[in-house]
Amino acid sequence: MVSVQSEGRREELLVPSSVKIVVAGGFGVGKTTMVGAVSEITPLRTEELLTEAGEEIDDLAGVEGKNTTTVALDFGRITINPELVLYLFGTPGQDRFWFMWDELAYGSIGAVVLVDTRRLDAGFGAIDFFERRGIPFVVAVNCFDDGHTYTADEMRQALDVADAVPLVLCDARDRESCKSVLVRVIEHAMNRLDVMA
Amino acid sequence: MSQHSPDWWYDEAAGPLVRPYAMVSGRTRPKPAGDELTLTTQVRAIRTSSDQGSLLVEHLEIIKLCRKPLSVAEVAAYLNAPLVVVKVLLSDLIQRGDVITRDPSRMAVPMDLNLLQKVLDGVRAI
Repeated sequence: MVSVQSEGRREELLVPSSVKIVVAGGFGVGKTTMVGAVSEITPLRTEELLTEAGEEIDDLAGVEGKNTTTVALDFGRITINPELVLYLFGTPGQDRFWFMWDELAYGSIGAVVLVDTRRLDAGFGAIDFFERRGIPFVVAVNCFDDGHTYTADEMRQALDVADAVPLVLCDARDRESCKSVLVRVIEHAMNRLDVMA
Repeated sequence: MSQHSPDWWYDEAAGPLVRPYAMVSGRTRPKPAGDELTLTTQVRAIRTSSDQGSLLVEHLEIIKLCRKPLSVAEVAAYLNAPLVVVKVLLSDLIQRGDVITRDPSRMAVPMDLNLLQKVLDGVRAI
C-alpha cells in the first residue's frame, strides 16, 4: 500500500503476513468452542454492520433503525512465528449470512466443516459451499457426550461426503483433538497443491 | 497545535459523544489508502505522530493498540467498533503515514507448499 512503499521495505518486514482457516457449520455446533480450544487468545468477536439499502449509500444518518443488522464473527489467533500469524474464523451460524462466507473463505488455507451428530442436516450447506468453490476442507464430527456414537464410515455415508474429503471424529472442547483437525486441514491443502503441481 | 485547528474546541472538550458512523463523520468507505484492508490484514503503528491534534480518540487508541502488529479484525474487536468503521479510521492513519500494513501483493496468496509447511509445523508445536 501507499505508506508501505514510501516507508520502504525495511519497515514492512516488521509487519507479519497472515493466513486463515475457516471453521464452518450450523448454529450451535461448537465452532467457537473449537476456535477457543486452540487459540492463544480468548476468542474475540467483531461485528459488521449491514444495511438493507446496501453499501452504495454513503449517508447513513438514522441507520440505527430497523434496517441495520449486525453479523458477529468469532475468531482466534495462533502466532506461528514473528512473521506469520494464523487466524481461525468461525462462520456466522445463521443461513441468511451466507454472503459473509465468501469474504471469509477468500484466500483461506482451507476449512473445517464441524458437524453435530444430532443435527446432521445443518452441515450439508457448508459442505456444499466448499465443494463448489474448490476450497480444501475436512469434515469434523463433534462427538458430544450425549450424542450417539457412530463410526467415521457411517458418518461419511450419512453426510454423502466424497472419499477424497477427510472425515474425522473430534471433541471441540479438547485442544489436542482440535489441533489434529487443523493438521488434517493443512495436510489436505498441501496434498491438493501437490496434485495440482 | 490544536488551538490553531478550526474545531479544536469541539474535539478536545466534547470527546466522542457519538454513534459509530458519526465517529467517522458518516463515512462508510475507507479512503483509497484503506481499499485493500481485509479482516486479516496486519497493521502496525510505525511512529508517534507529530501532529496528533487532528486525530480522534479512536485514532489514538488504534495507534496504541498497533504498537504490536494486529489484524484489522483484532483492532475492531479491541476497539469494540464495527469493522467498517475501523477500516475508515485505519485508512486515515495509513494515509497520514502513522500506520503501515502488509503489502497484499506479497501476502501468502496463492498458497505455496513452503508456507503451508510452516503453518503445519506451527500448529503441531502449540
